[in-house]
Amino acid sequence: MPLLKSKQLFFYLSVFIAGAIFAIGLQVAAMVDPNKVKGFLDITGAWDPSLALVLFSALVVFTVGFKLLIAPKIAQNDSPILSDTFCLPTRKDLDKPLIVGAILFGAGWGISGLCPGPTIVNLVHFDAKIMLFFVVMLLAMKLTGFIKR
Amino acid sequence: MINYAQFTPVSAMLGGALIGLSCLLLLLVNGRIAGISGITGQILNKPSRSNLWAWIFIAGLLAGAILGVRTMNIAPPVMDLSWINIITAGLLVGIGTKLGSGCTSGHGICGIGRFSKRSIVATCTFLISGIISLYLTK
Repeated sequence: MPLLKSKQLFFYLSVFIAGAIFAIGLQVAAMVDPNKVKGFLDITGAWDPSLALVLFSALVVFTVGFKLLIAPKIAQNDSPILSDTFCLPTRKDLDKPLIVGAILFGAGWGISGLCPGPTIVNLVHFDAKIMLFFVVMLLAMKLTGFIKR
Repeated sequence: MINYAQFTPVSAMLGGALIGLSCLLLLLVNGRIAGISGITGQILNKPSRSNLWAWIFIAGLLAGAILGVRTMNIAPPVMDLSWINIITAGLLVGIGTKLGSGCTSGHGICGIGRFSKRSIVATCTFLISGIISLYLTK
């Protein structure tokens, strides 16, 4: 039993560390700054391509790691290092909610320069507008969840 | 025109690599997708054993954020948006990510990285929508 307990402890510890790395990555890339994000979306103005490189670099690391380390595990029905199953989305079809949702999300992203990750990371500044954005976003998610079902 | 004064390629690549590493670790070690909107959605459900990991991930995000602010002197964001725009954008991001099952991280990194057709289409869609929305509201 002690072995099982320590596996669980390491599971949550690694989740915590992954969260911390994610936040620091957003800060290093300056993606916590909504005006930096807007600078990327502003292709007709003074365009700042930084966000494209953030996405590109993240994708290279993730995709190569996925191909080399994760895909073989999935193919062999192997489990993740510290849990039982890979919780992956299984849907493949393009449906209306996916497209409409992406359009609405993009619209809000363009207005504010904020998406969920940077919003949470920015909570540590206790900025009133960020906190309001976060609360409204949560409420909207919750309400949409009721309707979506 | 590229704004070279604002363009930060090195820190963008470095920060992006860290984000990619985080997504990779969470899937390889824990079997979970690092989609922030999905994880946020998890904590809106009743606290239970099955969503404890989501709470811990968000705690990690906040801890990393504090560490970063302290060590890298990250300034608070300049929020020059009106209150009504904050509410409008918050609503759109909340509804949109829930309806569309993901945001920049879940679709843009974890989804595209697995060559998911849904994520590729969603990412292209919210990028285009974001560009148009900014153009119309700036």
